[in-house]
Amino acid sequence: MHEWALADGILKTVLEFAEKHNAKSVKKVTIVLGELQDVELEIVEFALNEMKKGTIAQNAEFSFKEEEAIFKCRNCGYTWKLKDVENKLNGEMREDIHFVPDVVHTFISCPKCGSRDFEVVKGRGVYISEIVVED
Amino acid sequence: MIDPRVKAIEERTKDVKRIIPVVSGKGGVGKSLVSATLSLILKDMGYKVGLLDLDFHGASAHIILNADISKLPEEEKGVIPPEVEGFKFMSIVFYSEDKATPLRGIEISDALIELMAITRWNTLDFLIIDMPPGMGDQLLDILRFLKRGEFVVVATPSPLTINVVQKLLSLLIEQKMKILGIIENMVRDLSTIKKIAAEKNVEYLGEVKFDPNIDRSIGRAKDILTTNFGRDIKKIAEKISRSGDY
Ligand SMILES: Nc1ncnc2c1ncn2[C@@H]1O[C@H](COP(=O)(O)OP(=O)(O)O)[C@@H](O)[C@H]1O
Ligand SMILES: [Mg+2]
Ligand SMILES: [Zn+2]
Repeated sequence: MHEWALADGILKTVLEFAEKHNAKSVKKVTIVLGELQDVELEIVEFALNEMKKGTIAQNAEFSFKEEEAIFKCRNCGYTWKLKDVENKLNGEMREDIHFVPDVVHTFISCPKCGSRDFEVVKGRGVYISEIVVED
Repeated sequence: MIDPRVKAIEERTKDVKRIIPVVSGKGGVGKSLVSATLSLILKDMGYKVGLLDLDFHGASAHIILNADISKLPEEEKGVIPPEVEGFKFMSIVFYSEDKATPLRGIEISDALIELMAITRWNTLDFLIIDMPPGMGDQLLDILRFLKRGEFVVVATPSPLTINVVQKLLSLLIEQKMKILGIIENMVRDLSTIKKIAAEKNVEYLGEVKFDPNIDRSIGRAKDILTTNFGRDIKKIAEKISRSGDY
């Protein structure tokens, strides 16, 4: 997902959540960034700080946690990390995966048995793990 | 854990007037050819059109249109779908480099959500969605995220299609989806779908004759429009455009 589109989605989700809970303001939001998607934290942060102006999240603190990407083969059970297979990915593939992380199945396979039937156990993409609001 | 992409989907399609998923339940009935040709014709009629290929395992629209997929779509606060034949086009093949993309259910859904969350269609009169066969992830995600979709169902006169299409229609009706109507494709002599449309109280949008020459025009968009297939789809496109003048 592209950073601005992403920031936009994050902010709208947070504001909707706050509204649903009749909150006065949003205090804190924690966002997890999966290693596989490789989004640029600085751009997301910049975009969020721009877009939050004039909303009830304008004083909110956005904090980020990076999550390592871990894969597990559904065929043989082997578990591996992105950095174990990074040499299989060129710049173009990394960029493809940045936009649609699931195309990782096109570009890598299980280092042990070669299967492309593997699960991205952790660190796929971006999600919100915590929203703190003030009533 | 909250997924921020779901809100982004609404945002990306908010200036799209009409969303038309082209569905069937059955494979090989002409969904892709109908979707691409409808897009070409609606664009020629002066509408702003987008075409989204959601058939990840059997992506076909780029082949029908001979689209250049070597370059990644331009990035600007999201992704701008490239212009192909005068309309906007998005497909997973831009990101899979047109290679095999084996995906399971949750992965299909994730890829779909990702594509829909990043693609900036901006203002469109029509977003045509070329759907995979079946009632799997993509159909369920359309029912979940694009509730205002107006479904076009493609069927053929074959008894093997009829059974599947009846089930799909029942599902769409039960889920209270708007069904624009049924297109009966590859008709040689007898129509069997008119009866099904009447039974289900769904509009019969028209028949498209079996066109033995159509495969020769695949990859040459301009040629498709001058085929018998193109002419049959044109009548249907006119019906669809009129159905929007509420
Ligand atoms: N009216 C028609 N006459 C002849 N061949 C057709 C017609 N419609 C579609 N076809 C052919 O049928 C095949 C399947 O079409 P396609 O659009 O890929 O179906 P789907 O997307 O439903 O799987 C293609 O080879 C296509 O050229
Ligand atoms: Mg198809
Ligand atoms: Zn394995």
